[in-house]
Amino acid sequence: MSGLLAFLSDYTIQNVALGAAILGVISGVLGCFAVLRQQSLLGDTLSHAALPGICLGFIFAGTRELSAILAGALLTGILAALFMLALSRRTRLKTDAALGISLSVFFAIGIVLLTYIQGTGNAAQGGLDTFLFGQAAAILRSDIYVMGTITLIGLGLVLAFWKEFKLVTFDPGFAGSLGMPVTVVETALTLLIALAVVVGLQMVGVVLMAAMVIAPAAAARQWVRSLEAMVILSALMGIIAGVSGALVSALATGLATGPLVVLAASALVLVSIFLAPERGLLWSGLRRWRAERHLRGRQVLATMYELAAAHDNPAYPAEQSMLDAYHGLGTGKVLHRLQGRGLVRRTTHMPQEGIHWELTEDGRHEARRSLAALGKDES
Amino acid sequence: MLMSPSSRRRRQGYAAAARPAAARLHEPRLAAHVEDLTVSYHDKPVLFDIDLNVPPGVMCAIVGPNGAGKSTLIKAILGLVKPTSGHITLHGLPYRQVRARVGYVPQRSTVDWDFPTTVHDVVTMGLYGQIGWFKRPGRREREKASEALKMVGMQDFARRQISQLSGGQQQRVFLARALVQEADVYFLDEPMAGVDATTERAIVKILGALRDAGKTVIVVHHDLQTVRSYFDWLVLLNVRVIAQGPVDDIYTADNLRATYGGQIALLEHGDFTRPAPAPGPGPAPGPGFDAQKEDAGPPQAAEAR
Repeated sequence: MSGLLAFLSDYTIQNVALGAAILGVISGVLGCFAVLRQQSLLGDTLSHAALPGICLGFIFAGTRELSAILAGALLTGILAALFMLALSRRTRLKTDAALGISLSVFFAIGIVLLTYIQGTGNAAQGGLDTFLFGQAAAILRSDIYVMGTITLIGLGLVLAFWKEFKLVTFDPGFAGSLGMPVTVVETALTLLIALAVVVGLQMVGVVLMAAMVIAPAAAARQWVRSLEAMVILSALMGIIAGVSGALVSALATGLATGPLVVLAASALVLVSIFLAPERGLLWSGLRRWRAERHLRGRQVLATMYELAAAHDNPAYPAEQSMLDAYHGLGTGKVLHRLQGRGLVRRTTHMPQEGIHWELTEDGRHEARRSLAALGKDES
Repeated sequence: MLMSPSSRRRRQGYAAAARPAAARLHEPRLAAHVEDLTVSYHDKPVLFDIDLNVPPGVMCAIVGPNGAGKSTLIKAILGLVKPTSGHITLHGLPYRQVRARVGYVPQRSTVDWDFPTTVHDVVTMGLYGQIGWFKRPGRREREKASEALKMVGMQDFARRQISQLSGGQQQRVFLARALVQEADVYFLDEPMAGVDATTERAIVKILGALRDAGKTVIVVHHDLQTVRSYFDWLVLLNVRVIAQGPVDDIYTADNLRATYGGQIALLEHGDFTRPAPAPGPGPAPGPGFDAQKEDAGPPQAAEAR
């Protein structure tokens, strides 16, 4: 117990966990808009395009100065986004192609710059390549303040322009007809996503950062019925993924934090896609199975009711093998289930001729009811 | 619900530009006036030299073949598409100054119906323009939205997720969102495409009521067979305006042939020479031009814009 306390009060671990939580909030919140605008790939482009900026920031500052590096990352991220927009608006390239081109061009430039810096033998360059996959343990308290400030600004903007962000995300054409400056709002959203990416560079790195934008939002989407709930849940999922990834990497020394955070976020996505009510695979499968079972019961009841009507005998004993033939499947299970509900009962009609069933009073009532409902559905 | 002149004054929202008392009105007698409008995508003209005059208080159909530029015309009037050239006024004023008097129903397929929100919330979005920056919808807005949902017969669906709606229900929700705008001029983009007959009748009835209350209703329409029974004003469009005016004058074989050109074989089998069917009921079964009556399918995913 005291071991755990000591572990949790470790300064570095606190820093890393706090940083991961901040990253989870900002990327979770803004990821919602990226995912709903079907721009998941934008996060990927923005983060890969941060690499040349990181290198330029380093060249400019001459040392591994975080603010210069992040400013550079933001700058080239935005340039890549503008490049992508220009490609998709001015040429006939589709958005996905434009994103892909933009991503690879900027990332390639980044790698070239990175190898150039390494080739100059600058002693201070030590560890610039940690921005590829992140190096959480190197995070300082001052870095946390930078990340926290950026996050607060981002959250404040989302809160202030909530209505505008929401409508432009849902229906930009209608937003434009109301006089909302749609292009400005869209640009602001893109910039904010770029900010979120920048926040995560140290922790997760350029290669995996996109996952932190997409995964919490995609997971949250499975559970919610409103954008408000989605944004809050996504932020929570971001925190959970960030903190659990950070703690696991602190416990098992030697495992990189960034990839662990991303894995935790991905696990949340998988669990959500499987378990979430309404949208989850488990529930929709269960619902379909139930509906099919229910429908088979109704079909068998209806058949028996119609047989009884055709023979003018409310207690007409229907032979199970005949019902099987009618429905093209074994009806034994269905009949026993109906018997359990008191809708049919076994009869002693010619026992040597196979099993026979008849409708109970309740069964007749139920059959009439479902046939009537069916008629109403079709009109 | 149909607007009283006084309720108009409260509006400001994003269109806060004060209307100068002595603003010079251009063609104030027309609900919509378009002069020399040309719009092109990648140097190919989609609309060429459009002149359009729609008087107030009519229900106007914009009809033409696929690719005629019908949606683009509406979007250009609403300032959503930048024209290469041209001049547009609504009730004598440029769109920016009359925004609060205009309602818009975009094509249903342009949004992602899997967006996490409720029917009531979508309708409230129609009031975002009046609410303006930084404020949130309050009780007054929520009540207005409920009222509009009642008008389109969707009050029981208010709490429903929009992903659970059928095509016809989606269209009613979009119509309700435009109704809360309490506009003088309504633009609707294909409101009858892919909806069930009941919804089509409901929409026509509501639009008729708007017209009867003196509003102007301008509709991109795809079904030639119902033009005469639903509308009293007609614009035939195929990149250029082929003809415009009262529907009885414009709906002639020659004009339709000029509009639809190569698709004339279809026209010969159409029923445009028969007397118009009685207003009200849904479209007669038969070959329509875009007879897209499918309501059972899942909601369409958003198209790339």
